[in-house]
Amino acid sequence: MSDVIIQGASAHTHEAHTEHHGHEHHEQHFITKYIFSQDHKVIGRQFLVTGIIWAIIGALMSVFFRLQLGFPNETFPIMEKFLGEWAKGGKLSPEFYYALVTMHGTILVFFVLTAGLSGTFANILIPLQVGARDMASPFMNMLSYWFFFISSVFMFVSLFIQTGPASGGWTTYPPLSALKEASMGSGLGMDLWLISMALFVVSSLLGGLNYIVTILNMRTKGMTMTRMPLTIWALLFTAVLGVLSFPVLFSGFVLLIFDRNFGTSFYLSEIFIGGKALPHIGGSAILYQHLFWFLGHPEVYIIMLPGMGMASEVLSNHSRKPIFGYTAMIISLIGITVLAFLVWAHHMFVTGMSPFLGSIFVLLTLLIAVPSAVKVFNWLTTMWKGNIRFTVPMMFAMGFVSLFISGGLTGLFLGNSALDIHLHDTYFVVAHFHIVMGVSAFFGMFAGIYHWFPKMFGRFMNNTLGYIHFFITFAGAYLIFWPMHYEGIAGMPRRYYDYSAWESFKHFESLNSFISIAAIMVFFGQLIFVVNFFASIWRGRKLTVQNPWGSPTLEWTTPIKAGHGNWEGDIPEVYRWPYDYKDDGNGNDFIPQTTPLKPGEEAH
Amino acid sequence: MSGLLSIVLIGLVFVIIYQIAKASEYSTILRGEEKINARVNRTMAILLVIFFLLGLYGIWLCHTSLMDRLLPVSASEHGVKYDSMFLTTLVVTGIVFFLTQTVLFWFAYKYQSTEKRTAFFYPHNNKLELIWTTIPAIAMAALVAIGLRNWSLMTDAAPKDAMIVEVVGKQFNWLIRYPGKDGVLGKRDFRKINDANNVLGLDWNDKDNMDDIIAQNGELHLVVNKPVSLIIGSRDVIHDVGLAHFRMKMDAVPGIITTMWFKPTITTEEMKKITGNKDFVYEISCDQMCGKGHYSMRGTVIVETQAEYDAWMAKQQSYYALNNAPAAAPASGEAQPEVKTDSVKAITMK
Repeated sequence: MSDVIIQGASAHTHEAHTEHHGHEHHEQHFITKYIFSQDHKVIGRQFLVTGIIWAIIGALMSVFFRLQLGFPNETFPIMEKFLGEWAKGGKLSPEFYYALVTMHGTILVFFVLTAGLSGTFANILIPLQVGARDMASPFMNMLSYWFFFISSVFMFVSLFIQTGPASGGWTTYPPLSALKEASMGSGLGMDLWLISMALFVVSSLLGGLNYIVTILNMRTKGMTMTRMPLTIWALLFTAVLGVLSFPVLFSGFVLLIFDRNFGTSFYLSEIFIGGKALPHIGGSAILYQHLFWFLGHPEVYIIMLPGMGMASEVLSNHSRKPIFGYTAMIISLIGITVLAFLVWAHHMFVTGMSPFLGSIFVLLTLLIAVPSAVKVFNWLTTMWKGNIRFTVPMMFAMGFVSLFISGGLTGLFLGNSALDIHLHDTYFVVAHFHIVMGVSAFFGMFAGIYHWFPKMFGRFMNNTLGYIHFFITFAGAYLIFWPMHYEGIAGMPRRYYDYSAWESFKHFESLNSFISIAAIMVFFGQLIFVVNFFASIWRGRKLTVQNPWGSPTLEWTTPIKAGHGNWEGDIPEVYRWPYDYKDDGNGNDFIPQTTPLKPGEEAH
Repeated sequence: MSGLLSIVLIGLVFVIIYQIAKASEYSTILRGEEKINARVNRTMAILLVIFFLLGLYGIWLCHTSLMDRLLPVSASEHGVKYDSMFLTTLVVTGIVFFLTQTVLFWFAYKYQSTEKRTAFFYPHNNKLELIWTTIPAIAMAALVAIGLRNWSLMTDAAPKDAMIVEVVGKQFNWLIRYPGKDGVLGKRDFRKINDANNVLGLDWNDKDNMDDIIAQNGELHLVVNKPVSLIIGSRDVIHDVGLAHFRMKMDAVPGIITTMWFKPTITTEEMKKITGNKDFVYEISCDQMCGKGHYSMRGTVIVETQAEYDAWMAKQQSYYALNNAPAAAPASGEAQPEVKTDSVKAITMK
């Protein structure tokens, strides 16, 4: 891929400059340039491609378990080809069903929507938008990717071992995950899962620290904090969330590793399993849940914030209007970030936790709806009286807002403990979090990919395919997840392999089939994106102008094919905020951040 | 082979789609990008409106076709409050949903780019921000108030006259213990558990255990209009006692005791009439992932009148008598003729 990328833009004059732009790293070897690269732009693309590969694997898993859920009485011989013993005779085994559900969650939450999303866009956007030549520590940045890569290898290997990958749900609650006797997936698969996740935490911390330091210290001249685009603000808080909460998850994992292998009793107490009483006494299974959700909830915002930032940027740019309420957007980001740490126990209302403690978490949880609502109203007002270009990124950014509203509102049910007591662990939860942090976050990511693809690869993605991809995904998301709310209201528990023995839930079989069919169609819809993405890297329409979207932000002042170091010559100085969508006097409807204020012009 | 073939076929389809899309890109460039872009923009604005209208229709369709598959009227006192609170929240969120989505799609259509239009430079308005910070805050405060009132009712101490029943989860069924005549559940110790004759690890040195009854077919019998306090535990991993018809749920955690209480208000027989389903049965679903048999961890609840309950109870033998005095029994409890078949399935499913 790489050679083509360099030569791709050779027709343009910029290329001539990049070839010998004076730095120390021309004539780099292929390996240092594209594999062990320290260029943030290359690392970002590495994260993106790895994320896409994981997303395909994770989505394919959902196809397999949706086949089981939608058609519990049928057999699908083709599954045996893929899964072998796990789907003997074309019927998924319960063990592997649970393994698939677990892996689907782990992969999508951590590998795709954390590493693939903030790994990609923090890397690509932060130095370009704040005006830095690279991250504060390019070497640590490279390590961040490679820890993620090793983590991925461990997780991938765990798919192929005899006892199967971890199968205790992506939250891996002990004792289920701690005891080999409790489930097949709690054997070697769980060890690999823990090793992989521990490495993932290392990767995430290396990356996050770098992002924070770069944003705080390496802004170009004139780039005050309040002149940063909202993407950068969002990515800053994403990194802060990760840096403060991942270590807690790590400690939770370490204790779990000890309980599994060294006979400690942090999470285990009074257990009789496999025909014998275990010696563990005095541990608390709830402790793990506290440690897990202390990351687990901020994790939701680690996934959401980059999407929010990118949607803000894209909505503003393609509406040709400044983002409405820039300051309010930052304050609401701060509000979300702070509150994200104070709401974790709303995942635990029915664990037997003190009801009084529960009440406090109800209050704080519903409080977080306020900054979220402010953001929605600001996005809507950004579009008001705009001059909206329905480019593919804009479509996805609008879809992001629509889905964020839909998924956010159902959070008001689940965050209220008195309602959660019935809805907890039903399909209502599945519907809620898939819409809001699954599909909505994906829409933010797609908006970002379509918008910054020209920056990343010097070419455009195909529009027609983009629109098809958008409508399939948008309609599909609602078709899959909207009816699930009804199943949840009817109390249908999640993570069931088969509902046919249940008098209360078996009448949803036809609906489950419907959802499965929709899910499978959406899966193939995503392949359109994958084809479009990879084909466009080499064959997409070439970018001929530096700033295709007419954006005031700094990344579009770099050459089309920027080398390591981003700008030829000096880094530009910044004079104004990033949303000056107004007449520049030359027929343009925006003024780049690098343009000095005109005499008499007021700074925003 | 057919698998490989279909994969190749799917691949080909994608190649064709890509080529067609690519061709349209070339034709765009040939026919003048700006003209085409303007047309695409109009088309998309219209498509979004169509999408919105179809979406509304879909919501209505979904609602009408699924309403009758939801749960019947709540069978507990808590549940009635629950349903009314659910409705309130649904109305609040529903209004916000329709307003914001309508505005989103309406703005998209109304402010689609045209040659004449220029965007209105409107960076901020503190008054507006203040309004839409305050209104959600007030709405949230109201929802929190309703929620916490119900929450404290639900999680308050059980009434004194509540009957006590212990529910213990294990992979993959439920064990139900009644305190017997003394009304006290005896001590149990996980080290005394023995699947042959002491499934809960009852401590036979504790006299309170002597009359404790472990329901032989795993059925939870409750008396209508009499509050019940469930003492919940687990033998192995975390389970969850899910009682959808009573709108209640509580985890079963090894090492700790959790509780929940409620007052069933409709008997199973009455519910059969209400739902028109003669097979209707209240079910206990395990709602916390507990291993490969999680989906089959099913228990049943029989809500009956006091008289029916007393008659059933009279037939039960204490677990001690059943297991430690073999002379006294071919236990009548074990040979009960009216064993509900579905519950047997629940207890034997492994």
